Amino acid sequence: MMEALLADNLLAVSTIVPAVIGLGGLGIVFGIVLAVASERLAVKVDARVKQVLDILPGINCGACGQPGCEGYADNVVAGKAAPTLCAPGGPEVAQKIAEVLGLAVEAGERLVAFCHCKGGKDSEWKYDYDGIPTCGAAALIAGGPIACNYGCIGFYDCIAACKYDAFLIAPNGMPVVNAEKCVACKACVNACPRGLFELVPISRKVHILCSNLDKGKAVKDVCQVGCIGCTRCVKKCDNGQISMKDGLAVIDYSKGEVNIEAVESCPVGVIHHYAYQDPITWQPPVKEALKGAAEPVQSA
Amino acid sequence: MGIGEAFTILISTIFVYNFVLSRFLGLCPYMGVSKDTSSAIGMGMAVIFVMTLASAVTWPVYRFLLAPSTSNLWYRLFGGSPADYDLTRVLRTISFILVIAALVQFVEMFIRKASPGLYRSLGIYLALITTNCAVLGVAVLNIDMFFQNAQPVPGSYLKSILQGFTAGVGFTLAMVLMSSIRERLEIADVPEPLRGIPIALIVASIMSMAFLGFAGLI
Repeated sequence: MMEALLADNLLAVSTIVPAVIGLGGLGIVFGIVLAVASERLAVKVDARVKQVLDILPGINCGACGQPGCEGYADNVVAGKAAPTLCAPGGPEVAQKIAEVLGLAVEAGERLVAFCHCKGGKDSEWKYDYDGIPTCGAAALIAGGPIACNYGCIGFYDCIAACKYDAFLIAPNGMPVVNAEKCVACKACVNACPRGLFELVPISRKVHILCSNLDKGKAVKDVCQVGCIGCTRCVKKCDNGQISMKDGLAVIDYSKGEVNIEAVESCPVGVIHHYAYQDPITWQPPVKEALKGAAEPVQSA
Repeated sequence: MGIGEAFTILISTIFVYNFVLSRFLGLCPYMGVSKDTSSAIGMGMAVIFVMTLASAVTWPVYRFLLAPSTSNLWYRLFGGSPADYDLTRVLRTISFILVIAALVQFVEMFIRKASPGLYRSLGIYLALITTNCAVLGVAVLNIDMFFQNAQPVPGSYLKSILQGFTAGVGFTLAMVLMSSIRERLEIADVPEPLRGIPIALIVASIMSMAFLGFAGLI
């Protein structure tokens, strides 16, 4: 009885032995091949990469140009990137990275995003847009629904992209960056199909709120507050901070603050001066503006 | 193996019996890595490589270690009857998995050395090729299709390798099509409950039905 059961249920010895040897043999062969391969294909990881990675904020925001902190740590240690590129970390992190790598660091100023448009939704509309409510989708149809081909479309892709809740909406519907919360991760810079955002040094208070590259009349036709390219501000500048680029005044933030005469010279008031605001919240909170305070952004 | 046969294998594995869309194998990486086209292509290349190698390695393993034929290694060594050494039943799946796992380990080391960017973008899914049923599927299918009574049909080794390669190509095709659609879905106005994986599964089913149009071609 017992023997019959064994015969029925157990595999023959002639099956077990080859099975064990065969599988074991395969395992050994592959093991040896992999051991050799791991030796030959070993990737030497610099211990400093781990140290730098520990210093970085680890939010993988992409402001440094790499998809994540790991890529940036690799590049910094390899000498392919400067230690100052981590915007959310700021000078503090740059200093620590420089210490790990034994580099001298030129701490740059903290940057914040800024939207170079004032008119935006106040501009004329070319057609009624009834599609997907994102700027990216709207910009694909006949250059976008608003008459100004350079201005804010107003579906707030920038606000959707911002992970840090750093946006406010001004009474005129324009997205406004709250400098206190902005970590300069470039998410809004990349999200805006019109490329309206730029990272600017936080201490600079004069900005040009227009991105329209058209000639003066064409700008006037679509927006009352756009830069008409009259070059008055350029002439009034004391240090060449403002220059004309394709018919649009642009500020070189590295040349110092723009003098008040240049700001006041603008006939359309597209150059804004935030001198009287707290330097941190250099764009006023919406709540205050809604309370009936004067023009939220102080123009000349 | 003539050109005609090769062409038949090519068309049938890529289109008619696409591993993902017709046989429903390898759905995990199909859903997981098809969010953007560049990683879909990377994953596809890795799968093509593993499938081709797996076909090339599992064929001799089956032929010389497992199948009860006169070329069986154990029969050659110990004599008796080939039927005594029929390991197909007990060892086929486990030995194929061993082969595939070892190959994936090798591919992982190789990609890490050769292309760190691709290595990072594939992430966990690279290791998951090991348990990707499409790879095991192609190995088993090669045996089922190109062996009769434990004897290989003429040209079966080349056919197996070709089938492994084309299965990978079919997988890549499905991945790239899917990733292109999903990149567009990102900006589309999809109803809230359907966003992400649900709409992707619906798209996958529609694509699968579209590929059904190839049925009967061969």
